[in-house]
This record gives sequence, structure tokens and C-alpha cells, in this order.
Amino acid sequence: MSHAGNSDHADAHHDELPQGTMRGYVTGFVLAAVLTIIPFWLVMGGVFDNRTITILAIMVCAVIQIVVHMVFFLHMDPRSEGGWTLLALGFTIIIVVIMIAGSLWVMYHLNANVMPLGREMNQSF
Amino acid sequence: MPDSSFSQIVFGRLTLESFPFSDPILVGTFTVVAILGIAILAAITRYGWWGYLWKEWFTSVDHKRIGAMYMVLGIVMLLRGFSDAIMMRLQQALAFGGSEGYLPPYHYDQIFTAHGVIMIFFVAMPLITGLMNFVVPLQIGARDVAFPFLNNFSFWMTTAGAVLVMASLFIGEFAKTGWLAYPPLSGILYSPGVGVDYFIWSLQIAGIGTTLSGINLIATIVKMRAPGMTLMRMPVFTWTALCSNVLIVAAFPVLTAVLVLMTLDRYLGTNFFAGGLGGNPMMYVNLIWMWGHPEVYILILPAFGVYSEVAATFSGKRLFGYTSMVYATIVITILAYLVWLHHFFTMGSGASVNAFFGIATMIISIPTGAKIFNWLFTMYRGRIRFDEPMLWTLAFMLTFVIGGMTGVMLAIPPADFVLHNSLFLVAHFHNVIIGGVVFGMFAGISYWFPKAFGFKLDPFWGKVSFWFWVAGFYVAFMPLYLLGLMGVTRRMRVFQDDSLQIWFIIAGFGVFLIALGIAAFLIQIYVSIRDRERLADLTGDPWNGRTLEWSTSSPPPSYNFAFTPVVHDNDAWWDMKQRGYVRPLDGFRPIAMPKNTGAGIVLAGLSLALGFAMVWYIWWLAAASFVALLAVAIGHTFNYARMFDIPADDVRRSEDERSRQLADSGATP
Repeated sequence: MSHAGNSDHADAHHDELPQGTMRGYVTGFVLAAVLTIIPFWLVMGGVFDNRTITILAIMVCAVIQIVVHMVFFLHMDPRSEGGWTLLALGFTIIIVVIMIAGSLWVMYHLNANVMPLGREMNQSF
Repeated sequence: MPDSSFSQIVFGRLTLESFPFSDPILVGTFTVVAILGIAILAAITRYGWWGYLWKEWFTSVDHKRIGAMYMVLGIVMLLRGFSDAIMMRLQQALAFGGSEGYLPPYHYDQIFTAHGVIMIFFVAMPLITGLMNFVVPLQIGARDVAFPFLNNFSFWMTTAGAVLVMASLFIGEFAKTGWLAYPPLSGILYSPGVGVDYFIWSLQIAGIGTTLSGINLIATIVKMRAPGMTLMRMPVFTWTALCSNVLIVAAFPVLTAVLVLMTLDRYLGTNFFAGGLGGNPMMYVNLIWMWGHPEVYILILPAFGVYSEVAATFSGKRLFGYTSMVYATIVITILAYLVWLHHFFTMGSGASVNAFFGIATMIISIPTGAKIFNWLFTMYRGRIRFDEPMLWTLAFMLTFVIGGMTGVMLAIPPADFVLHNSLFLVAHFHNVIIGGVVFGMFAGISYWFPKAFGFKLDPFWGKVSFWFWVAGFYVAFMPLYLLGLMGVTRRMRVFQDDSLQIWFIIAGFGVFLIALGIAAFLIQIYVSIRDRERLADLTGDPWNGRTLEWSTSSPPPSYNFAFTPVVHDNDAWWDMKQRGYVRPLDGFRPIAMPKNTGAGIVLAGLSLALGFAMVWYIWWLAAASFVALLAVAIGHTFNYARMFDIPADDVRRSEDERSRQLADSGATP
């Protein structure tokens, strides 16, 4: 990574990278597969009668899936890269929360204010 | 008709009618461009420069060369974007008293769309990326960026996007939708042509380059700083570059995603933004501004960094309030994500939403104002030298404050309901982008040019350019503020009220002055190259600089620093000079550097083919170029021999040459 910086350690940079183990990758793969199968099963099997519960369950699976990827495939832990990874993760979470919560808020108010007409139009399609 | 279906399979939507033979303006432009292009290509062939260009520039992974190529791209595209500006101003100055002007609607609409897209994506972005690329590794004492090949690839992807936009000028058409292509106008029903598709694919291709170069520069700044350079000892330009690239990495994926959704709407008939079936065009507006607002801070932050470096250097003082400058930059970075709705107050989200985003927008003026005061206090009681970079900085401070204040006016939702979509808005964002970003880029170019090429830019032509630009800006845009307050909306082709014409004529004259400014800038470059002996900088430190880039020779050797510098102070080079730093003349060791590679230009070329094929529905070419793209990308990962050693003798030779130059210039070696 920093090869141009350290002239005599051109190939030493592999040491800094976190190494995955076979065991870690297999665990990650199995978890990822299971977390993908569950949502399909929930929808195709019609497990819950309530649509909202199904959606929430899928979203929970998705969030766990993100964590699984970060831990087993991206090898992230609080100490890696001197804390930079954690900082970047924190920043990413803030931005994603702002974007999703902000969009929901904005679009909800928009719908509440201007959609009565639109909703009827939509239903007529 | 088997004949036409065969040509459809081979050429997709592309037919002879796609070429605008009937438009005299375009045919004329094409003729001129073709003659110039052939002349340039012939000259390169005649003088046998192809090998040199290919080996030393196109395939180079040296961050300094890539930075310079970004600057060339930005300046070339500036000429295109500015031509569009002249055409718009001419049209609006003429289209009064029953006259339709000289541009038909379909052409005029393409011009204002192309002007916006080109100026933001292919002028401002390449210029700031180029400057960051060139300066950041030198300022932090590194030998290159973290991922040198990726850097070359990013540059060529940006160029491929620019080429695709330029192709739309002569093959087919460009979007007629305004620079952000809002649906439903940009949907397939209202824009069935290729224009919006050119927009989508050129931005997607260039966007990959921008995102990757953002990742690259973050990694460089985080991982490759010289020993002793803690975060709070980084030069301010590097800080602003870091924040700008963080913004890039967090914002550009949103643009990519929203363009993918629009692509699906246009190509596969989905309804994300198409009303009916649950789609909502306002979601597009919401998402694109979630990228679009950070984008303007991506552009302005590095410019703020340039002004900070210039103000400190040319006042001969340490920057006032370094810590507050850093925190102001970070606060702006975060706030950049909290204000996007101010671009569509009138959408109808209601009072509470508008109040939140209006107040958040006004808060941004606090850190920005703090920066202005920091620059003023840096100058206070300084020994100011009025060289060209400092002139641009002064003009920026005056101009940007005006633009900032009109921005706060627009941040007041009730005021925005009146001013929205008017020429007042157009005047505001040109005020901050020209007065902030463009002035900053000219300050940066004139400041770092001697570092890049070993000679200063000619000061006389620089001042001519400066005065024409600044005067031209005010003459061109102050009338637009007035017109906007009188209620004139943007993107109008014809006007009914003849009393407005005088303001458009004045604005047109302003653009003429700016044209002289650009011409003077080009003359300045020509004169400077011609008189490079007279303007030569042998010391490597022509401005009595403060940061590490001035400690190397001008131009720096390919390895930048023979020994990695050790940093003890904010203004590392100033501190070294004060402590009587002596250049090491002995003990050189071989330096491992990355090798040049042609993979970047090949990948970008294939992406260009892919984009062109998708625009014209040439499916076989799209599939073929996509497969080739994957093959070359995977093939490149098997290239293990990426490094080579610069032998110690070569390092010694170039360092001895530097000693000779220093002796010639009368400085201590």
C-alpha cells in the first residue's frame, strides 16, 4: 500500500493487511447464505400474515447481513488500521442514517401535503 | 424489411440521420474541430511525439503527470463549456422584440444542459482533482499516491466521460432537460432520443473515475504522511483535500445509484421515478440533490485550501487560526449532508421540513465566515506581495462574500419561493462557483505552476487575464441578480418584455470580457513556455513557501524526495528553513517506484465503447466491450511486476543536478 513511501520494504506491506482464515470465510459464507435464504423463505412461504412484520424481518436480516460481511469478509474490528476503520464506519453510519431518515421524513411530509390528489390518481391507474 | 433490421442489429439506433448535417452551426463547429484535430494529430506524428506521449504521459502512474493531464482536460473542456455560455448569452441578448434569436429550441435546450454538465463534471472536477493529485503527495512528503495505477485509471475514466459528452455534439444530440435531468422530462416518454442516455453514461463512466480517485487520495493522506506529520500538522490544503475526498466517497455512490434507477426506468420500463405504479419523480430530485449538495462543497473545499496556502505564503505569515480552519472544514463536511432540501423548498414538503433545512443552510455560513476572518487576520500586518495567486485570493474574498450573502437570502424558504428558478439563483451559484472555485483554480495554477514545470507563469499576461476575468464576472452576473429580482426565470429562450433587453446586452458584454480573460490566460501559457529561460525557477522555492512541496526541485524528480522528510511543525518547510536545514548530499539508496502501465487507458477506452453502445442500443458492442472490460481488468491483476528500482546512482545524478541549480541561483545548496 505504502510502497512508494518505504523504498526498502516494497513487499512488506502485506503484513499490515488483516488476514482471513479458511474457517472465518466459511463461517461468513454460511451465515451470509442463511441470511439470504430466510427472507426468501419468509416471502415465498408466506410465513407471516402481516406484511409489515415480513418487511421488518427482512430488514433485520439485511442489517445482520451487513455486519456479517464487515466482520468476516472485510475483517473489520475496532482496532484495525489504528482506529481509522471504526471512524470510517461511524461516519458512514451517520451519513446513511441522515440520508434514509431524511428522505423518509421529506417524502412523508410531501405525501401528506400534496398527495391526496396523487393517491387517487395512482389508484385509478 | 430485412435490410433495416440488419442495420439495427449492427448499428442500433444509429442511422445517417443521427448526424446533424442540417445544422449549419454544428457543421461549422465540426469542420473547425476536425481541421484543428487533424492538425494536432499530424503535428504529433510529424515530430514523432506519439512514443513520448504514450510512454511518459498516457501510461504514466506518476501523480504529478496525472495531475497535469487532469488540468489540461479541465482547461480544454472549459473552452467547450464557455462556448456554450457565449451562445446562450448571445441568444438571450438577441431574442427580443419579436425576434426568435438564432438558436432553435431543441438546440438551445441542449446548450444550457451541456453547459452545466460540462462545467461541473468536466471542468471543475478535473481541475480540483488535478490540483489535489499534484499537490497532496508533495505536501505530505510522499513519493506517489497510495494506488498509482488506480490514479491513472481514474484519470482516463474521467476523460472517457468527457469524450462521450463531446461525441454527443456531432453524433446524435445531448439532453434537453437541464443539467440534472429531472424526470418526468428525462423519462423515456418525454425524452425518447439519445440525449439523456448520453448524460447517464458519460456521468456514470466519469463517476467511477471520481469515486476511485477519492478513495485513492483518502488512503494517501491517511497512510502516507511523512513521519512527524500528525493530522493537526497537515497543511490546510491537504486537510481540505481530505474532507473533499471524504465527501466524494460518501456522495458519488448516491449519484451512481440514482442514475442506475433512471437507467432502469428508461431501458427496462421500471417506474421508480415515473409516477403511477408507486413511482415518484420527486424521489429523484431528493436523491440527486443528496449528491448534488455535497458536490458543491467537494468543489469549494479544495479552493478554500488553495486560498489558505496562498494567503499565508504571500503575507509571509503563519496562517491565522489553523485549528479553527481545520474544524471549520470538518463542520462544513458534515453540514454538507444536512442541507440538500434547500434546492427544492418549493416541492411542497411543508413548513417544518423547510424550516429545518433553511436553518441548517444558514448555519453553514458560520464556519465559512470564520474562514474569511481567518484569511483577513492572516493578511493583517503581513508583508503582502501582490503576485497573481494573491490577486485571485483577494478577488475571491470580495466576490465570495457577495455570493455567500445571496446564498443566505436563498436559504430563507419564503424568499426562495420568490427567487426559486429565477436568474437570481443563476447569478448566485455562478457567483460562488466562479468567485470561489474558478478563482481558486487560477490562484492554484499560478501558485503551483512553477513547481510543476520549473518556470513561473508570465505575470503581465496573468494580470491581464485576472482583470478581465474579475471585471467580466461582475458585468456578466450582476445584471442577472437584478433580472432575477424582477422575476425573470432561468433557461428562457425568447423574451416578451423589451425593457429587459439592455440587461442581457450588458451581461453579454461581461461574457465578452471573460472571453478576453480566457484568451489572456492561453496567451500567458504560450508566452511563459516561450520565455521559460527568463521565468525559470532554479531554487524550487520561488514564492518563499511554507510547505514541503517547496523543498524539492522544480519540477520535482519522479521520486519527489530522495529522503523522506521529517516534520516538526505545521509549516514544515518554513520551519526547516528557519532551523538552517541542510540538504543531504550523500548516502542515496535505490528507490522502489511503480511502473507505468497501459491498462488504465485500455479499460477507459473499453468503457467508452460500452457507454456509446448503450446510448445507441448497439447490444452486441455493449456485450463485447463489457466482456473485454472484465477480461482486461482481471488480466491486469496478474501483472505482478509492478515495481522497479531507481538505482542509487540515478538518484545521486539528479540530486547533484539540483545542487548545481541551487548554486546557479545563488542559494545555499
